[in-house]
Amino acid sequence: MRESRLSEPPAVRRFLIAVAVLFLALFLLMPLAAVFTEALRKGVGAYLAALWEPDARAAIRLTLLTAAIAVPLNVVFGLVAAWAIGKFDFPGKHLLITLIDLPFSVSPVVSGLIYVLLFGLQGWFGPWLAAHHVKIIFAVPGIILATIFVTVPFVARELIPLMQAQGTEDEEAARVLGAGGWQMFWRVTLPNVKWGLLYGVMLCNARAMGEFGAVSVVSGHIRGQTTTLPLHIEILYNEYHAAAAFAVASLLACLALVTLAAKTLVEWKTSQSLREPAHEH
Amino acid sequence: MGLSGFFRRRRSVLPGFGLTLGLTLLYLSLIVLIPLSATFLKASTAGWSAFWHTVTEPRALASYRVTFGAAFIGALVNALMGLVVAWVLVRYHFPGRRMLDALVDLPFALPTAVAGITLTTLLSAHGWIGRYLEPLGIKAAFSPLGIVIALTFIGLPFVVRTVQPVLQALDPELEEGAASLGAGRWQTFRRVIAPELWPALLTGFALAFARAVGEYGSVVFISGNMPMRTEITPLLIITKLEQYDYAGATAIGVVMLVISFAMLLSINMLHWWSGKRYA
Repeated sequence: MRESRLSEPPAVRRFLIAVAVLFLALFLLMPLAAVFTEALRKGVGAYLAALWEPDARAAIRLTLLTAAIAVPLNVVFGLVAAWAIGKFDFPGKHLLITLIDLPFSVSPVVSGLIYVLLFGLQGWFGPWLAAHHVKIIFAVPGIILATIFVTVPFVARELIPLMQAQGTEDEEAARVLGAGGWQMFWRVTLPNVKWGLLYGVMLCNARAMGEFGAVSVVSGHIRGQTTTLPLHIEILYNEYHAAAAFAVASLLACLALVTLAAKTLVEWKTSQSLREPAHEH
Repeated sequence: MGLSGFFRRRRSVLPGFGLTLGLTLLYLSLIVLIPLSATFLKASTAGWSAFWHTVTEPRALASYRVTFGAAFIGALVNALMGLVVAWVLVRYHFPGRRMLDALVDLPFALPTAVAGITLTTLLSAHGWIGRYLEPLGIKAAFSPLGIVIALTFIGLPFVVRTVQPVLQALDPELEEGAASLGAGRWQTFRRVIAPELWPALLTGFALAFARAVGEYGSVVFISGNMPMRTEITPLLIITKLEQYDYAGATAIGVVMLVISFAMLLSINMLHWWSGKRYA
């Protein structure tokens, strides 16, 4: 009798499970399956050819370059910001956290627009840049800048709550025992946050490689020069090369799956370290 | 912690406070604050009446209606379904549960352009889903319905991930107490569980809505982009940029920025209300 009052009747339970599974299957599993099915529609040969043609290779290169600049910058920023915010008290802390989150709330298109208004021909620095033959908008630097903007919060967001929760005792102990600043960071702080950091890096990287709106505004869509993978997908799709578009898209879908796997791993590791609180140094 | 404790914590033995805070502020200023301020400054050079004219012309108003309407419906669907999904994932055990749980974050990790072309292909007349909707007279791709579906997809994780931890942390004694006092299951849910979930549910809704309002990549493929009917506001900005109407793009961009700030503020107040900074 008591048991039935603490849970739903079996019929309700089955109904709710069915609704949830159906919803997730329709909205998550089916699109995922569709990406790979459409990608292989014209066979493995066409699939590989779509990934190997020069424009695709150029897009892969540009995407890797963009991520290779944006991700490390935002990792350093995330560590620096999380150290200041997580380990010290100061007025205006919440405002600062809100500021870090700001790029999340700005529409990707507006994120691109603000850089056009700074560095584009009509922008504040446009005439000066043109006079010095520096091209930022409709060129690679603009793509990198816009990508940095949209990925600013990712690492910081993972690390701030983590560093806050861990407190300062471990680091204080290291200092008392005579560790220098860097030594304390490498030996104590970094190992403590490594799993959160890994997930932050993965998320930051997935967004950096997959950003579409912001990059689309600043890119100028010059084939083989300023098209990242998502822009290359758009061009192929709009030119009715659907199978090729999905072939390239499947690369990014694989990246998304790896990111999700990393998240599951990180959650598993964190719950493990909670279960056995002794540090594993 | 007394006043002396407060000051002792501020003068911490840990190094690097000035340096890290300084670097944080410098980086944020260069990447975020200065570009954003420059946008507002640029908008102000055009003059108020021109600004007002641009942001209230019929095509712009129609785009706000499409954007906010679709974002609202998408967030509403997510609030309802997200609650069911979170409940099922936390409370019940069934095969495939862990995999589905991990997959919930897919819309965060999958690039929006990929989501856009995939949903469009699924919902178009020959697609896996569209072919069954077509005979029923339902046009899912290239219609407002398509926009709602895309925005539901990209907002899906928010409600699940805000409600899930609250459900997990819920004290089972509350429910046992209600049950031992004679409450039925539905009564317990409505009177005991629901009040605990409200702030998280509302936060998740607001996050999904805020994300959906600014969304571009997943919508632009599926919407058909007809002015006045299926043109979202971010696309209107791009259209104006492509026509070299920088003042117009800036004006609409400023409207979107102000809306983003307002939503960020209300989401922060919701967080504050629900008593935790990070859900």
